[in-house]
Amino acid sequence: MNNRQIWLTLITLALFAVVPPLAAIFDQPFYVDMLARVLILALAAVSLDFILGYGGMVSFGHAAYMGIGAYTVGIFSFYGIDNGFIQFPLAMAASALVGLIFGAMSLRTSGVYFIMITLAFAQMLYFLGISLEEFGGDDGMTAARSEFAGLVDLNDSSQFYYLVLACLALVLFILHRLVRSRFGMVIRASRTNEKRMQAMGFHTYRYKLAGFTIAASICGLSGALFANLNEFVSPDIMHWTRSGEIMIMVIMGGMGTLIGPVLGAAGFLLLEEYLPQWMEIFMTNAGEHWAIIMGPILIAIVLFGRGGIHALFARKWFPRRSGARNGGGKGHG
Amino acid sequence: MVDPVLRIHGLCKSFGNLIATDDLHLDIAQGEIHAIIGPNGAGKTTLIAQLSGALRPDKGQVSFAGRDITHLSAPDRSALGLARSFQITSIFPDFTALDNVALAVQAHAGHSFRFWRPAHEDPALRQPAQQILERIGLGARADEPAANLSHGEQRQLEIAMALATGPSLLLLDEPMAGMGRDESVQMVALLQSLKGRLTIVLIEHDMDAVFALADRITVLVYGRAIATGRPEEIRANKAVRAAYLGTEAADA
Repeated sequence: MNNRQIWLTLITLALFAVVPPLAAIFDQPFYVDMLARVLILALAAVSLDFILGYGGMVSFGHAAYMGIGAYTVGIFSFYGIDNGFIQFPLAMAASALVGLIFGAMSLRTSGVYFIMITLAFAQMLYFLGISLEEFGGDDGMTAARSEFAGLVDLNDSSQFYYLVLACLALVLFILHRLVRSRFGMVIRASRTNEKRMQAMGFHTYRYKLAGFTIAASICGLSGALFANLNEFVSPDIMHWTRSGEIMIMVIMGGMGTLIGPVLGAAGFLLLEEYLPQWMEIFMTNAGEHWAIIMGPILIAIVLFGRGGIHALFARKWFPRRSGARNGGGKGHG
Repeated sequence: MVDPVLRIHGLCKSFGNLIATDDLHLDIAQGEIHAIIGPNGAGKTTLIAQLSGALRPDKGQVSFAGRDITHLSAPDRSALGLARSFQITSIFPDFTALDNVALAVQAHAGHSFRFWRPAHEDPALRQPAQQILERIGLGARADEPAANLSHGEQRQLEIAMALATGPSLLLLDEPMAGMGRDESVQMVALLQSLKGRLTIVLIEHDMDAVFALADRITVLVYGRAIATGRPEEIRANKAVRAAYLGTEAADA
């Protein structure tokens, strides 16, 4: 959209890029894995933001596609195929296919019905996962790290981290182009006024479905990476609370800004990690009730920080230019 | 009369007990400006919605250029050359005026499954859009976000977007709504300039505009056409005067 966003994106990615060397210097390898987790969920959040922030499609079942991606890796691993060059493309293709099918049905509805039907589809997959005794049922199953022979060694946490970061950077670049293309204009305008788009001659359903499928595919990539991070896959990855968390990341970070959800994912996961510890300082055993503080923080961000963390930064650093062109705005399904 | 370009045959639409369109028959001739007037709640916007494909009629038939379009979707009707403007300004406020019109051009420039090239830098969309903005008098405001345009300018943009789809039939839903005197005069001049090249169905409350522009007028009351005729015939029609036109408008 403008330079402000591009700079914020580059600075954010650069900061993430220096994490592994810093962690090595201070001998805190734990941070590499923790931030890899942030980046993987950021990828899911960015994909949701593409359809939610730009397309106005309030999908409340986005974790389903993470699940498809993760289970693809898990199932291949189960049968002894660890080749990432096979696993990852198929994880994305499978997520895209499921997204296409779910989207084709969900996008016939709108508003609250759309939210509910996407949620229902995701829960359906969640219970399907539980019923798969072969793959561990609700206990899940272990998954070996994928092998990218000659490219990266995922057993090295630094290399794994950079692969995740590269995926995120690539996806951000692709979506940056996408939202400005003819296709992107249709998606964005359909959020604002779908009736008008149809009157002008756009078959909005087709474009929204294509967008929905693209988002599902990216989210599938995030799931494949998540399975690798945990070396474990279980139905929990598809639980509706995760769909909610991904949506919170998008809203916290700033809808319709691409880099916003990355900041949102970082903010959400770091609070989730450290809030309990901070609370312990004030009161013993207070940490387990961290949600008591987390809740009001989220409400405050939604009520007072319209545009999320992204808008906060934008206002601070580029006070005069923050504004009209790309606010999150009202979404409708 | 030559074959009508738009033929409405026995159109019915009701919402529960409310009858919005009641067995409506109407022929719109090629190149005419046909005004549809009537008191609030007469079913004018509902009629436009049925003609444009946004709303399915309960009964009846709509044909356009000899083809039955009753069951076609709004985008398919648009592809045949039917365009509408909205009573409630339906522009894209976050986009610039030029973006708004370029989007309308894009709607009829092949499919939009084009994922890579920025639409902003596409002369195939920008140039025709700029020309339409110039023609409509908004050329200088092209790069202004549509939200910052005055109400009158937004109404003009609304028309520009309809024109950018290259229609042969224009359905205008109260283009002068909320306009000041000067803005209305400008809009009348604009519509006058389109006369002959396009067929226009015009819904409007501004009687000066209606009588200045219309070749024929249909009066709609409770979804039923109580009279159709040339402006002077409508002015003289007793039923119309009783049902709708105040003495003020009739004397105008």
